[in-house]
Amino acid sequence: MAAAKGTSLRQYALTRLGLVLPMIFILLTLVFLLMRVAPGDPISAALGARVPKEEVDKIKAELGYDRPIYIQYVDYLGDVVRLDFGTTITDRRPIGEIIRENGAATLELTFYAMIVAIVVGVTFGLLAGRYRDTWIDGGGRLFGIVIYAMPVFFLGLMAQLFFGSYLGWLPTSDRASPIVDATLDKHTNLYTIDTLINRDWDAFVDSVKHLILPAVTLGLVTAGVFIRLIRVNVIRTMKDDYIEAARARGVDERSVVYNHAFRNALVPVITVVGLTVALLLSGAVLTETTFNWPGIGHTLILYLQNRDYTAVQGIIVVFALVVVIASLVIDFVNAYIDPRIRY
Amino acid sequence: MAVPAQVDGAAVPRRTRLAGLRRVFAPVADARGMTRNMLWAGAGITLAFVLIALFAPLIAPYDFDTFQADGQRFGQLEPPSRDHLMGTNVQSTDVLSRIIWGTQTELKVVLVSLFISITVGVPLGLFAGYFGGKLDRVLVLVMDALLVFPFLLLAIVIAFLLADKVGQGILTAAIAITVVYIPLYFRVVRNHTISIREEPFVEAARALGARPLTIIRKYVFFNVVQNVPPLATLNAADAILTLAALGFLGYGIQPTDGAEWGYDVNRAVSDAASGIWWTGLFPGLAIVLLVVGLTLLGEGLSETVNPVLRKRPKVAVDMDAPMTPGTGADPS
Repeated sequence: MAAAKGTSLRQYALTRLGLVLPMIFILLTLVFLLMRVAPGDPISAALGARVPKEEVDKIKAELGYDRPIYIQYVDYLGDVVRLDFGTTITDRRPIGEIIRENGAATLELTFYAMIVAIVVGVTFGLLAGRYRDTWIDGGGRLFGIVIYAMPVFFLGLMAQLFFGSYLGWLPTSDRASPIVDATLDKHTNLYTIDTLINRDWDAFVDSVKHLILPAVTLGLVTAGVFIRLIRVNVIRTMKDDYIEAARARGVDERSVVYNHAFRNALVPVITVVGLTVALLLSGAVLTETTFNWPGIGHTLILYLQNRDYTAVQGIIVVFALVVVIASLVIDFVNAYIDPRIRY
Repeated sequence: MAVPAQVDGAAVPRRTRLAGLRRVFAPVADARGMTRNMLWAGAGITLAFVLIALFAPLIAPYDFDTFQADGQRFGQLEPPSRDHLMGTNVQSTDVLSRIIWGTQTELKVVLVSLFISITVGVPLGLFAGYFGGKLDRVLVLVMDALLVFPFLLLAIVIAFLLADKVGQGILTAAIAITVVYIPLYFRVVRNHTISIREEPFVEAARALGARPLTIIRKYVFFNVVQNVPPLATLNAADAILTLAALGFLGYGIQPTDGAEWGYDVNRAVSDAASGIWWTGLFPGLAIVLLVVGLTLLGEGLSETVNPVLRKRPKVAVDMDAPMTPGTGADPS
């Protein structure tokens, strides 16, 4: 039994992996076409017209941009396979370093935002579904629609106005106070963890305070998706035969709702967590810009402003890989939990 | 009326030109309860914005970039007052006027982008779905890859590339948004086409020797196109958000070309530190309101058009009451 299960899961994983590779290949090609073929000459674009031609040619040769485009393409694919995403043109920073430092900021932001989203989304979704067509449900649905319509940067701005400048409770920009930022001994670049490793409690509190507004803003916006989904799931599950059966057996209503309905209604949430990764990353670009959070999205916008094509290309590739891998992982988890998926 | 029916040899009346469209919108009149409320509230809000956009020159107190009147420069960052109902921003322009003119920008961009994505996405989906084969497989892979990608990033990159080449304007913003939505229309239309392709009436048409183009045009198109209005309305809501996000990041409309709400919110972020709320609150609320309106309209439409989601009012049966016509139709 166990062996049979193992094979089918492995088979599913292999099929799924087989589907992912062409997807990654197409994404990489699209990015290359967009970023390298469209603009023509990325070096002059980045350096501007004032740099003399010899200088431009020198840098071009250095970065290999003077070779035919198809050789550049093959090279680029090879580099990505070796997880080498290149070096920025404007400040010669390896993309890998940007991912380590700024990516950590994004990871920290999106991780806590996801927690907020799940807690808020699951709570409101379950309540709205359980008490369907009451004021709780109405409130939940309205909240869902308004939060969907609310641009994350507008919600962030309102939060800054209210909690930042009106009440003065929370800081509205950066990851930590300048002094903490400068003195922090960085191990993981995740400030909430680094400060704990250093046993620096004041710094920990400081970084948490900086994290609250951005994470809650991004989390609330993402929660709308969860509320909608969970509400519908609860309503659907409550109509299922086994709920009826449980009631007929005399199981009390509380137990029916908590042990039978809610548990099953929450299974699809895992899938949606995977789907929201793309949503969270898009939201992170905006949230980071609003709160001056030095994440990878904010960095991307800065490089866009400087017309640094290689930096943009590298960061976009990383984003694409993250999204594809996240959906892959979620599919595996799903297949592991729900045997019906392993067709 | 009866004569052509006899000629056709059927009792079914001859279809008018817009029969398909009429059939698409027929369920709207049947909508009841919550769906009906959503539909009308959404339609009302959307219509209000359309009117504001159309009559902007009459309604707006000033031009979107006016910073003076009668030779007198407006104050900078003035709080709301009688002269400026929503205050002025850091460039001394009237916030209310910018919102009113901004309505034009938002609706223009959304219309252009919807037009492009429908005219590209729907035919592609029809052909890929009907003919299948290699072209279909390649298109599906490319479109799926585009769908997987975080949509905002895609729009930013496209807007960035186009801004470098063509300049920032309505068309650039619209194309950037379009790239995000073409895959959606493609996928919906393609999947629906595949299921329609196997229907007996299509089979019959094929057996009678109709050419593929005729089948697509006469039999498949109107069945598939039913999904488009709700999707388009929901996408319009989404497109507003995408445009606002592009504007917020500085890749929307050139500030000298027109007012754009997302751009205004971006400028307001630096005001927030000093507690100035009117420059950000009002344009942001405009975004929220228009998106809510379009969402309600879209959700209402999709619930009416999609028979699976359609909810008929439950009618309480009163066995003792005498039968009177019309009593059962009133939903509580």
